[in-house]
Amino acid sequence: MSAAGGDGGGGALRPPATLSARQLARRRRRDALGRNWRIFRGNRSGLLGLAILASFVLVAIAAPLLASPEGLDVTKATGGVLEPPSSEYWLGTDDQGRSVLTLLIWGARISLFVGLAATLISMVIGTLVGLTSGYFGGWAGGALFRVTEWFLAIPFLPFAIVLATVLGRSLLNIIIVIGVTSWPSTALLIRSQTLSIKERPYLERARVLGAGRWHQMSRHVLPNLMPMVFANTTLTVAIAILTETTLSFLGLGDPTRVSWGSMLDDAFAVGAITTGAWWFIVPPGVCVVLVVLAFTLIGQALEEVLNPRLKDR
Amino acid sequence: MSLATTPTTAVDSAEPRPRRRGYGRYVLSKVAGAVGSLLFMLVVSFFLFRVLPGDPARTLGRGRFTNPEQIEEFNRTYGLNESLPRQFLTYLQNTFSGDLGISLKYRVPVSDLLLDRMWPTLLLVGTSTILATVIGVWLGIRGAWNRGSTFDKASTGASLTLYSMPEWWLGLLLIAVFAVGWGPIPGIFPTGGLHSTDVDPSSLAGVLDTAWHLTLPVITLTLAYLADYALIMRSSLLDELGEDYLTTARAKGLRDIVVRNRHAVPNALLPTTTVIALSMGFIVSGAITVETVFSIPGLGLLGVEALEVPDYWVLQGTFLVAAAGVILANLAANLLYGILDPRVRT
Repeated sequence: MSAAGGDGGGGALRPPATLSARQLARRRRRDALGRNWRIFRGNRSGLLGLAILASFVLVAIAAPLLASPEGLDVTKATGGVLEPPSSEYWLGTDDQGRSVLTLLIWGARISLFVGLAATLISMVIGTLVGLTSGYFGGWAGGALFRVTEWFLAIPFLPFAIVLATVLGRSLLNIIIVIGVTSWPSTALLIRSQTLSIKERPYLERARVLGAGRWHQMSRHVLPNLMPMVFANTTLTVAIAILTETTLSFLGLGDPTRVSWGSMLDDAFAVGAITTGAWWFIVPPGVCVVLVVLAFTLIGQALEEVLNPRLKDR
Repeated sequence: MSLATTPTTAVDSAEPRPRRRGYGRYVLSKVAGAVGSLLFMLVVSFFLFRVLPGDPARTLGRGRFTNPEQIEEFNRTYGLNESLPRQFLTYLQNTFSGDLGISLKYRVPVSDLLLDRMWPTLLLVGTSTILATVIGVWLGIRGAWNRGSTFDKASTGASLTLYSMPEWWLGLLLIAVFAVGWGPIPGIFPTGGLHSTDVDPSSLAGVLDTAWHLTLPVITLTLAYLADYALIMRSSLLDELGEDYLTTARAKGLRDIVVRNRHAVPNALLPTTTVIALSMGFIVSGAITVETVFSIPGLGLLGVEALEVPDYWVLQGTFLVAAAGVILANLAANLLYGILDPRVRT
């Protein structure tokens, strides 16, 4: 952990005396990054995850080039109903005559966007609450810990169903639901890390030298937490994408947008299972599995970089 | 839903540790915590259904009222024309006396509906959780003990893939292959439901018929749950592998299997218990989606169907039952943990 945080990591490299403190810090950080990348590169499943994710991100960004947005419009659909794959429609058509491939490409955007946005909310709340409750302890810290535990017990799917009914169905609601229900586990993780960082000697040193609470927190605790936050983020994205798919499948998603989950909802509703229209069921699910797997593999590889003890696994 | 690699929540080792308390006080503090959580859920539910919509009489009584007197009557029963704190008290009173309202769709008390629909869910979720725990823990132990073997690689790969898969999608695939039939595989299982219409569910044939109907859903949920358990069991056993007490046990001349089952596994089971408890929310959501896909008339399907009306009373009831289920399961796991590992009773 210390290698990535910039505290005492690059000690082996003795720099010329002319470097300023800031240059020194930057250099150390660059070295640490290089070292970490070398460890990451040695992890084959992590690299595989990175490759899968990169291709999906590329597809999502290049969606307008790969498939015309008109392909999403039911009134402009050109194919027949649930046509099997052909040279014109590589993955067949859906119940409205739209190309399944086009829907998949545009669905990648929604899934990735919702996953990242919800994770951002979850990370910000989780880190703030975890850091505060771990660092300050006492009455306020204990109260925050209790609140975290309360939120942890909210069953997210019933909660999402209720919220969508009360507030209406939209992409924003999905993001809020995922964000609000997924931060507690992050907060618990960050809290336990903060508690252990708090006891380390260099923080004692900083305190003795007269560092205020704000300085200690922003300059020492937070930078040391960041790598862990980052690894946890990739794992949270995986969960957020899975959740988005499930919510859309239950019809809680934005009705005006196509996501992988809403495609599966359509497929289920029109009975694609009993009619054997596998091209409408299998591809969206495979995409979800690949993206979630990619984030999970990257997250595990990152944890290994941060905690070399895990390496034997 | 929590991934295996961070069993940190169980014991905060850095916290100053007060003198150890007896089990009684530990139980008391955990029960108090659970009661606090339950109250919080009641507040959340109150906020969601009474405060957020603005005009609860319109949403809660949707379509039932034709004249102002009825609205007045409804408001009086549920105390909706009083101040918010008083409303909350009335709401607590009603909830604790079992009055969860009348379903808009079925026109019967929600509490009866919930009791009626609870059994299929308990049967489905209970069977799957037990199967998943046993199989998952076994897979984790075997994988970790022979780290890097073909078995380990295959089971870890399979677990990660299952973990990345929406459980209901797996259900859809199983229906397509084993219930509808695919290629040479005949569709032998029913596509959904809990009973066939022509058998009496209480007779022997009826029980077998129910088991037949539940086979695919139970397989789906078991596979979905066990991925998490296998991964966490594997990683917590790996954590124990380097410990000195295992070297001691081996040096005493104990057989490998005894070292594993008597020394390493009991310690590795502790973090696993925590993760299983924390995944209760995930278990609830799995039940909801799988019941939807297989049309099993349980609590999950009840909630999803209420969504379409929308039947607010039923939604509120299912939310409260799900929340209470998660809290009670967490409490049970905590109490069990207190027996397994006396160190947490601080």
